[in-house]
Amino acid sequence: MNKAIITVVGKDTVGIIAKICTYLAENSINILDISQTIVEEYFNMMMIVDVSNSKKVFGDTVTDLNLIGEEIGVNIHCQKEEIFTKMHRI
Amino acid sequence: MINIFEVNETNNMIEQEKLDVRTITMGISLLDCCDSNLEVVKEKIYQKITTNAKDLVKVGEEIELEYGIPIVNKRISITPISLIGASCCQTVEDYVELAKTLDRAAKQVGVNFLGGYSALVSKGMTPSEELLIRSIPQALAETDRVCSSVNVGSTKTGIDMDAVRLCGQIVKETAERTADHDSLGCAKLVIFCNAPDDNPFMAGAFHGVTEGDIIINVGVSGPGVVKHALEEARGADFSVLCETIKKTAFKITRVGQLVAQEASRRLGVPFGIIDLSLAPTPAVGDSVAEILEEIGLEMVGAPGTTAALAMLNDQVKKGGIMASSYVGGLSGAFIPVSEDQGMIDAVTAGALTIEKLEAMTCVCSVGLDMIAIPGDTSASTIAGIIADEAAIGMVNQKTTAVRVIPVIGKGVGETAEFGGLLGYAPIIPVNTKSCEAFISRKGRIPAPIHSFKN
Repeated sequence: MNKAIITVVGKDTVGIIAKICTYLAENSINILDISQTIVEEYFNMMMIVDVSNSKKVFGDTVTDLNLIGEEIGVNIHCQKEEIFTKMHRI
Repeated sequence: MINIFEVNETNNMIEQEKLDVRTITMGISLLDCCDSNLEVVKEKIYQKITTNAKDLVKVGEEIELEYGIPIVNKRISITPISLIGASCCQTVEDYVELAKTLDRAAKQVGVNFLGGYSALVSKGMTPSEELLIRSIPQALAETDRVCSSVNVGSTKTGIDMDAVRLCGQIVKETAERTADHDSLGCAKLVIFCNAPDDNPFMAGAFHGVTEGDIIINVGVSGPGVVKHALEEARGADFSVLCETIKKTAFKITRVGQLVAQEASRRLGVPFGIIDLSLAPTPAVGDSVAEILEEIGLEMVGAPGTTAALAMLNDQVKKGGIMASSYVGGLSGAFIPVSEDQGMIDAVTAGALTIEKLEAMTCVCSVGLDMIAIPGDTSASTIAGIIADEAAIGMVNQKTTAVRVIPVIGKGVGETAEFGGLLGYAPIIPVNTKSCEAFISRKGRIPAPIHSFKN
């Protein structure tokens, strides 16, 4: 399995998750876990996804998701999981 | 499994607190480029650098994109060039030719600095090494990306005072040759004692002769992250303070380790070391001075500064060493003036003097760094500053260095502008009493008694 973490931060609006999930489905990226909170109207979501069967190279997925974020007015980051596991797990 | 709080913590470090990988530095040995013909050497050097480092910038950018961590600089360090030039350089101009070749190679592969226009002369200078040192002012004035360093002493060998005297003149001459740009050339010249072979940070990086053919070293930074973590520990005792710094240093170093391993794998080049150095930039919130102030000083330079810095430097090393098996280079806290807004403010307010900075270099990771001094400071006074720093390094078995900029045409109260990451600096007063007779003595200062451990 080849995991990545997608984070979304921004003002809450209709269809944020739908838009991202559509993109992920189209590119065969499997969602493993989703958690989200809303703090003072700010949407804060994290997804753990498996990109091992992705149709795109990872760098393109990062760029695509950034662009989707710009379209709907939120910040979307997609990063390989290791940066978090290395930092927070011994 | 990783949770949303941990993910947010990492991303806040990157976005709000300016955590970054400061540099991926590829060390390249040029020992196999020696030849008696200068043109052949130039060609071999150009080919070796441009072949081995051709993907360095691209790979750096890929890692940056995939992990979401900024990698600010991609750089190259090379074998001290005096060792290569000894085979073919007969004049100062020959060495300058090599500098221009290095500059061309650096531009071709897209790195912003290349370090190693250097000589290691801690016990004595060969004629070729002296020639190289004498070529530094012209080389730095006529190239853009080449960085230079000279190691004038070590705990094992003592201090080569002939080299110290010469370096005082060379710093002054470098300043004069780049007088149009506030003597910027001096920002690319470091005079060391106990220089490490594997330092990835400029301007003092070179690829030591003890290293392999090609290697990847990574320098990580993050003063803003430490500052932020310490805000949570206000009023706490020293054990909590130390624990907080160690934990933060650990986290930062782990990111460096990841980037280093990835870069090493993708480039097919062995991984050397991680250098965890709190390296400030002029950006607000990216300052070592602010960490010291957060620890409890009204302004850096106040009594207590040296003790606070000693503790910070030690805790950074302890946290970093736990996070990577190969920690090296300089690892600790840098205290440059022009690159740190808190230091600049303290100098401007008169709270921080060059003498206090010298005391701080006894416990920081390097030495007097990016300090603008009056343009009329004599070569012998600069040599005196170098000798003092080298003595601190020699006796304390640590790396020390001098990167001072005598700003030609400017004096105390004026400001030197270097631009970009190099920042700007108010010109600091220097003691004007002469050390000419001391510096004029020939020979070397012997190694200290505690270096005899055999």
